[in-house]
Amino acid sequence: MSLLNVKDLQVHFPIRGGFFRRVVDQVRAVDGVNFELEPGETYGLVGESGCGKTTTGRAIIGLNKATGGEVLFNGENLATMNGHDRKKHIRDIQMIFQDPYSSLNGRKNVLNIIAEPLRNFERLSPKEELTRVQNMIERVGLSPESIYKYPHQFSGGQRQRIGIARALMLNPKLIIADEPVSALDVSVQAQVLNFMREIQKDFGLTYLFISHDLGVIKHICDRIGIMYKGRFVEEGTAEDVYTNPQHLYTKRLIAAIPEMDPVKRFEKMELREQINVAYRTEYDSYFDKDGRMFDLKPLTPTHSVAVHQGGM
Amino acid sequence: MAETVLEIENLRTSFNIKGNYYAAVDGVSLTVHKNEVVAIVGESGCGKSALALSIIGLHNAKTTKLEGQVNLKGQNLLSLPVEKLNKIRGKDLGMIFQDPMTALNPLATVGRQIEEPMDYHMKLSKSAKKKRVLELLEQVGIKNGPRVYKQYPHELSGGMRQRIVIAISLACNPVMLIADEPTTALDVTIQAQIMDLMKELQRITDSGIILITHDLGVVAEMADRVAVMYAGEFVEIADVNTLFANPLHPYTRSLLSSIPSNMTDKEELHVIEGIVPSIQKLDRGGCRFAPRIPWISEDAHEDNPMLHEVEPGHFVRCTCYKDFHFPEERVEDENYVTT
Repeated sequence: MSLLNVKDLQVHFPIRGGFFRRVVDQVRAVDGVNFELEPGETYGLVGESGCGKTTTGRAIIGLNKATGGEVLFNGENLATMNGHDRKKHIRDIQMIFQDPYSSLNGRKNVLNIIAEPLRNFERLSPKEELTRVQNMIERVGLSPESIYKYPHQFSGGQRQRIGIARALMLNPKLIIADEPVSALDVSVQAQVLNFMREIQKDFGLTYLFISHDLGVIKHICDRIGIMYKGRFVEEGTAEDVYTNPQHLYTKRLIAAIPEMDPVKRFEKMELREQINVAYRTEYDSYFDKDGRMFDLKPLTPTHSVAVHQGGM
Repeated sequence: MAETVLEIENLRTSFNIKGNYYAAVDGVSLTVHKNEVVAIVGESGCGKSALALSIIGLHNAKTTKLEGQVNLKGQNLLSLPVEKLNKIRGKDLGMIFQDPMTALNPLATVGRQIEEPMDYHMKLSKSAKKKRVLELLEQVGIKNGPRVYKQYPHELSGGMRQRIVIAISLACNPVMLIADEPTTALDVTIQAQIMDLMKELQRITDSGIILITHDLGVVAEMADRVAVMYAGEFVEIADVNTLFANPLHPYTRSLLSSIPSNMTDKEELHVIEGIVPSIQKLDRGGCRFAPRIPWISEDAHEDNPMLHEVEPGHFVRCTCYKDFHFPEERVEDENYVTT
């Protein structure tokens, strides 16, 4: 059985206006998303800002309420559960946030930050708590005395390690990593990515890795889902998506990756230009008559694309 | 060679920490020509933003000591009084800040914010100003200008906001633009758009650009020349093709191999050992990168490392590049504990 199965997930936000602030319309942030995560795999959600990738992640963990669809975690539907029942399941899902500068409370020391999930879910004596925190802090490669320091005393990479330590504290099964390295320098990013791989093996973690950085996604993910306007446009293994992108939007995203060879930059610019032209002319053929993206159609067993039934 | 726009000579920016001054930018010299993009790359803490803020004079004068020269249009910006500097900043010298979310004033409309530098530097009628703003908005690729004119920053997306920030910096036709991580906060397609936009604008405006970034991908796409900065110094300067084809300094090579590049599919990324040294603890006599490549013998480094011109236009600091190689075993990386 898959660890997480998201079925037709919808998150709609009401737009209010007019008399009495009535609901006049909906923002369909996530509009019918389906995917499955097998235990131990790393699944990448990619897309531009506003495509709904973060909202999807937040809806899975319950930070946004799903307005429709199912989030099956180990077979139990988290989306419709009440708070009390949720609490039993939710400790197995943890989140790593994007910005290590704002996701750690600056007025708490590292001990209090990392112990917070423990205090929410387990009753431990201060001494046990301290041991657990110390073990964890060593595991993430920080010095033991750092538990009495405050977030501002750490560098960006170290703060992200604190964020990761906090997420690992309850031995979760699934970690939703929302842009965990985009605020970091390349060499620090390399450190955090290597580290995330390492703990994945050690703790048997499954990652839902949300990012806009296609280079990072390619490096770390086994399977990738590309999102646009709240829906999936393409899903496949990293290989499928990078070497054989089918949907116009995926092609556009991949063309946007900065070219690492300066000699080829004009070729890349031209490619981008070509795709932009195609984007303007063919754009409508990728949507049905209501302006909604098509459902995913399988191309190969691992690779599916949102195109019209009859093909391209 | 094209006309020189900006000339930095031996710039040293020191910050006062508990009574002593420590140089964050330590003897930097750089020339930027008309219509040229010079990228400055390095990790955070290497002094690249400190350099940018020194050029534009945004450091707190009470705690910062600036030495050397920054010449723009024949004037040394460092010796100008604030009133005169204010006549140049925002007019001849534009700045694009890193984070469009915080660079804009949340309480003023977009139109108001683009008009602000014009109010200060140009005498334009109300209607002329508005016309210019709409023109700028179009230039930076915003389609419904009249609507955006009246909107507030929070109503716009990150990419739109960065376009507004760029429009503000271009409002008075600068000859020199300083872009501090202009695409860092944006996602790829927007980044590609902003990069293409900046290339386009550079062509139209002819201004020199100093592009500060940590993203070597952005460098490869945009820069004409690259200066790699480490611990307050330039460690390698070369034109962009040379730098990517034949990187010499150990720092440049380490940076390049730590990118999850889209060509290679390595399991493990190269991690640069240790951290960027703090300016207080820096050993200023020797090679500043030496502590991070401990497997290279000490004899490979020189005392008071200089920039050597290894081929025309390609400068490398210190002699250690001749003996540099990546460590064979990366076991020490695994056990490495940061403090």
